Amino acid sequence: MTLTLLYFARLRELFGTGREQADLPAEVSTLADLVDWLRGRGGVWAEQLAEGRAWRAAVNQDMAGPETVLNEGDEVAIFPPVTGG
Amino acid sequence: MKVAVQTEPFDLNAEVAALYRANPKVGAVASFLGITRDVNAGQGLAAMTLEHYPGMTERALERICREAAERWPLLDVTVIHRVGELKPTEPIVLVAVAAAHRGEAFAACEFIMDYLKTRAPFWKKETTAEGGKWVDARESDETAAARWSGSSQDRGNSRGS
Repeated sequence: MTLTLLYFARLRELFGTGREQADLPAEVSTLADLVDWLRGRGGVWAEQLAEGRAWRAAVNQDMAGPETVLNEGDEVAIFPPVTGG
Repeated sequence: MKVAVQTEPFDLNAEVAALYRANPKVGAVASFLGITRDVNAGQGLAAMTLEHYPGMTERALERICREAAERWPLLDVTVIHRVGELKPTEPIVLVAVAAAHRGEAFAACEFIMDYLKTRAPFWKKETTAEGGKWVDARESDETAAARWSGSSQDRGNSRGS
């Protein structure tokens, strides 16, 4: 499965990228699986996405929880809690 | 309904006037103006940079306005949020709500701001002489938004203008 991954704000800066295409192994089927897979990159990825760290995610531009099932071509965004207004 | 995310300043008077001028049913317009605060209290010139998620941000704002219109009988809504670099004293966000009476206008305006603060993807970064720092989300904003998850009958009932 290939996904477009987007990162914003503090995470964009720490990850050193705002956008990537990721080819995921077959065992990744939910948002929680994707985050586990990203943690496997180690370093800032493991640190920023660790259990207990505050981050939010959207799938195809709608807020999404860990159980959300991902599909080929989805746009998945991971970002810090929002601070607008 | 008007939702805009833009770098340019907006004209409060023109935006408010656009909500009532063409509609004689409007008896009340409640507007909220958010201003960039000086986070650095005079120690060097501070600025705020606003980042957003193009596409999702507009959709989230439209959804919040639709939710408000389902809760209260609104006649029109305008939400404008600026992005990019903003200096202290510059307006950053406008929420203006037109209704027949003040109750629903006040309530819907506050509801939209509370939801915007917790559900619309914007992120603030402060820049001071010491460098840049991303603003942390505040628990009090979540608490403010959670107040609305009960019945809308608790607040903002129409009491005549």
